[in-house]
This record gives sequence, structure tokens and C-alpha cells, in this order.
Amino acid sequence: MSDALVEVRDLKVTFMGGARPVRAVDGVDLTLARGEVMALIGESGSGKSVTLRQLMRLNPERKTHVEGSIRVAGEDVMGLSSARLTHYRGAEAAMIFQEPLLALDPVYTVGAQITEAIRRHERVSKADARARALALFERVRIPSPERRLDAYPHEMSGGMRQRAMIALALACRPKLLLADEPTTALDATVQIQILLLLRELQRDLGLSIVFVTHDLGAAVEVADRIAVMYAGRIVEEGTARDLIRTPRHPYTIGLLKSRAHGALSKGSRLEAIPGSPPDLANLPPGCAFAPRCPLAADACRAAAPPALDVGPGHRARCIRTEDAAGLLMTQAA
Amino acid sequence: MLAYLARRVLYTLPILLGVSLVCFALVHIAPGDPLSSVLPPDASADLQRQLRTLYGFDRSYPEQFAIWIGRALQGDLGASIASGRPVATEVMRAVVNTLRLAVLATAIGFFLGGLFGFVAGYFRNSVVDKLASMLAVLGVSVPHYWLGMVLVIVFSSQLGWLPATGAGPGGSSDWAWDWAHVQHMVLPAVTMSVIPMGIVARTVRALVADILSQDFITGLKAKGLTGFGVFRHVVKNAAPTALAVMGLQLGYLLGGSILIETVFSWPGTGFLLNSAIFQRDLPLLQGTILVLALFFVVLNVVVDVIQSLLDPRVQRS
Repeated sequence: MSDALVEVRDLKVTFMGGARPVRAVDGVDLTLARGEVMALIGESGSGKSVTLRQLMRLNPERKTHVEGSIRVAGEDVMGLSSARLTHYRGAEAAMIFQEPLLALDPVYTVGAQITEAIRRHERVSKADARARALALFERVRIPSPERRLDAYPHEMSGGMRQRAMIALALACRPKLLLADEPTTALDATVQIQILLLLRELQRDLGLSIVFVTHDLGAAVEVADRIAVMYAGRIVEEGTARDLIRTPRHPYTIGLLKSRAHGALSKGSRLEAIPGSPPDLANLPPGCAFAPRCPLAADACRAAAPPALDVGPGHRARCIRTEDAAGLLMTQAA
Repeated sequence: MLAYLARRVLYTLPILLGVSLVCFALVHIAPGDPLSSVLPPDASADLQRQLRTLYGFDRSYPEQFAIWIGRALQGDLGASIASGRPVATEVMRAVVNTLRLAVLATAIGFFLGGLFGFVAGYFRNSVVDKLASMLAVLGVSVPHYWLGMVLVIVFSSQLGWLPATGAGPGGSSDWAWDWAHVQHMVLPAVTMSVIPMGIVARTVRALVADILSQDFITGLKAKGLTGFGVFRHVVKNAAPTALAVMGLQLGYLLGGSILIETVFSWPGTGFLLNSAIFQRDLPLLQGTILVLALFFVVLNVVVDVIQSLLDPRVQRS
């Protein structure tokens, strides 16, 4: 695929810090085309944020053992020299964080933080950098942008801060935007605004976005494709449409069924996936979801299932996808 | 900003009143007759009464306090019983001497403490961290009068590089910008700097470690900053708290370490307090404590203002 911007092959990330090594990401393959938006969804601890951070090598390198390859725009990210890496971070790939109040330096104005990023990557005067920051603020529709440039992060509202964070990420015109739960910390109404803004910017600037969330609704809103992660693996991947209409992995189906979509009528039970996510330091030998899966068979517990094609561009790591389809039916009944 | 400043200064007024009340009370609660040290043991009752009236010790405590405060507001802290000289002059001379020492000691302590703290915070749990932390703990826990004596033995007695006692050649206690006076400051200042060094080092280490673990550091790395670029942010984040700690340390040192000033015969406030206590010189004791407390309060205001200038999150309105 020549138009792929991001190609991740068999990515494994292991944290060595604790008493036992924890494999947070266990063989992830990802391909992202230019101008495509992909959502990585999963529970806390499923490895989605670690995968995202590894795309920019932001996991602490001393305590992390990484295997596999990451190529972005043809460049081997894992092999970048430190000089190339600092260029790559910010100028080619940029990140938006979950909580902008924590991800921005509290003692610098947001304007100063944006001009700092611009001047880190390009030789421009302070005045020019500030003019660009102002244009960015207008682009992300921050009201009275001139004044807001001189505001400190704590002086802005949550939505405004996230807009400023997006402006900062776009400061050096990256091709790839990584968004780590960008709407989780926001009010519901603001969430929609931010999602629409991201979608709009993506179309106008031709960005590729990898978007981590645990909110299926948000994923459907902005993503072309969705990858569902569980215990460090992508268990199902497909177009947003396929994944919502014809999910094939029992975990995806469980996620879909446990949404309180529309008005949940009073007295009806919200369906939930039984059990809790597995301990990453102590994974079962077979399918990691087997202990919680209603369809688990002996074969599931024996060996980790391979990724199987279940449709065009639609893959699932499950050996019982046929029966899983039936699982979805029970919901309608 | 001006309103904040005015309000902050206004807040100090009740504090100052309280402080003066406490220091008046403390001095008078202490047992012993202030006149016994200046009067001969066989002084007549008449003479005793006369002197008592002269110093105002015959009046009620509230009256004495009111008179003392009234005069203090005009810059008159009374006369020392032992020497007869005005307390204000005595105290100011001692304060200037102590200030010199305290500022130098704080500067040394802050520089070294900041250095150790940053290194330790940046390389947490490494050998360097262990070493720097050990030095910090040593700084806080070594008895400084002992350290002072050791330094005197090594650098004055054995090596003969530096003078052992006094603030200047020939026992002069006034400052002059020459090498001889600087030499006299070195040993006491170094001894004194060990305390702020330890405290600043530990504070900065904790600060740096905390700042480095925050999300915005990842944010900075994500925009391509490395090494010095990130360091700049760490410094600016650590500065308000570190400076506040330094200000407080300077305040403590201004009180003059009685032990250090005694070891080095340094004519500062600690030395003055010591002699005032032993001579039961109430006006001198009272005046010295008041001036020192005043310095401490003013210093706190200055630190607060600086902190609000450096840290935008501190509420100014």
C-alpha cells in the first residue's frame, strides 16, 4: 500500500519497571492511509494509549522494551536518531492529550507555548510565530483570540483549553495527528463541538488521525475505521459502519450491547460484560477474552486465535465469529 | 497588582501587633530582675526604687507595653540597661552584620541546594541521587556549631588560611569592602549555609521529581523539546516554591544562629541576643526580638509578592 502514512507491524511494548514485566501491547498491526481517521477503542488498560504514545516514542525508553516496527511517512520511527526524532515530534506527528489542563505547562501562557513549538521547528521571528499562533487560534475558533493568546491554561474553560491544545498540535503543520481521549474530560455538549472541529480540520488539512477513546459514540462520529483493543491486542478491526452493523468479535458485541443508547427505559437492565479486564502481567495462554466470553470453548483457551478476515477490510481475532453473529441477535429479541 | 500589594501589606499590621505583644510578654514572663545585674548587691531600697521608676518597671504591664510600643513607633527602642547605649543603634549594627552573613550563607546554600536538588530529581534513584540526598540529609542533621569548630580547626588552626573569629581584622565589627573582611566571613557563612543547602536540596528534589512526572512534560516532548528546552520549563515551574523556601530560610538565618555566631564571635543578632539574655537586659532583648520579627514579617511579604509574580496561578485579586 503506497498511500499508507502509518504502518505498524507486530508492535510489542513491555514495561520493565515493576516486579514483573507487563506487556501492555502484544502484537499490534495497524495501517493508516493518508487522510484517514482511525479510532482505537477499548477499556482502560487495553493498551490503546500505550500504542498511541509509542507512535511518537513517548513511553519512557529506559523502562520500556519495544519490539516490532513503526513506519510513518516511510520513516522508521524506532530507528530515528535523537535529532530526527525531535523534528518528527511536532513537525510530522503531533499529539492532543486527554486533559489539556495537565498537558499544558501551567506557568507559561498558551500563546508562549505555541510560539515555542513553532520556533523549535522553524526559523521564524517571535512576531511571525505569534502571528501564526493567532491564525491558529482563529482556525480553531477561539473567541477573542488576541486576548486568549496571553491567557494561562487555568484561565480558560475546558473546551477552550482543548481548542488551544489542538492549535498547539497543528502549529507545525503535522501530517499525523494523535489524539489521546481528546473529549473524555469535557462536557457532553463541548465534546460534540471538539469532535466536529477535529473532523473539519482533518478534511481541510488532509490530516491522518489516530484517535484513542473508550466512547463508541465519539468513535463512530469521527472515524473512518475502528480498531477494538483488548489486553494489548486488536481484537477486531473494520470500517466504522461494518463494526457497528456487523460486529464479529464477542467483545465488540459486548461493548455495543452495554451502551445506554437512546433513552434506556426505566426498569430495564443495562447489559454489561461480566468480569473484569485481565491482569496484563499474568495473561491466560489462549484468547485473553475467553474468561469473560459467553462463547468460549476449549480451543479458545488453548491458543490465542489468529486474526481472521470476516469481510473486506474487516478482521477479527476470534475462532467463533459465526456464532458471535448470533450473539448480536439476542439483543434484538 | 497594586491592590494585592496594598492588601498584603495591610494584613501584616495585626501580625505585627501580635508579634510585639508576644515578645513583650515573653520577656516579662521570664523570671529574674532586670536591675539585679546593674545594681550592686548592697544597693539601698531607695536607689532600687529610683531606678525602677527611671526604667518604668514600676508601672503596670499594659502601661509599660503602651509606652514601649509608642516609642518604638517613633524608632526609639529605649536604652540598653547594661551599656546605656540606644537599643536601636545596637540592634541595627548587629542586624547588618547578621544580614551580610545570612545573605551570603543563603546564596551559597541556595546555589548548592538547587544544584544537588536538580541533579537528584533528574536522576532519581541513581547513584548521583543517593549521593546528593545523603549530602542534603547531612546538611540538615550535622550540628552546625560542631561543623564550625571542625572548620576552624582545619582551616584556621591547621592550615592557617582563614581567621577563626571576629568580623574583621583587629576585632572591628564594621564592614569594609576589602579582602580581610571577606576572609572573616568565609567560615561562618559556609557553616551557616549547610542548613539552607540541605533543606533547599530536599525541596527541589521533590519538586523536580514531581514536575517531571507530570503530563505536561510529555506534552513538551511531544512538541519536539528535549534537554534544555524541557529544563527551562522545569525551572520555571519549580522556581516559585523554591524561592519561597529560600525566603523562609533567609528569615530563620536572620535571627542569627546563636550557636554559630558564638563559635565565631560574630557580632550579629544571635550574639547580641545571647548577651542580652545573660545580662537580663530587657530593653535590648525586647528590641532585638521585635526587629527580627519585623524582618521576618517583611521578608514573608516580599516572598509572597515574588511568588505571585512568578506563578500565574496564585490569586492576585
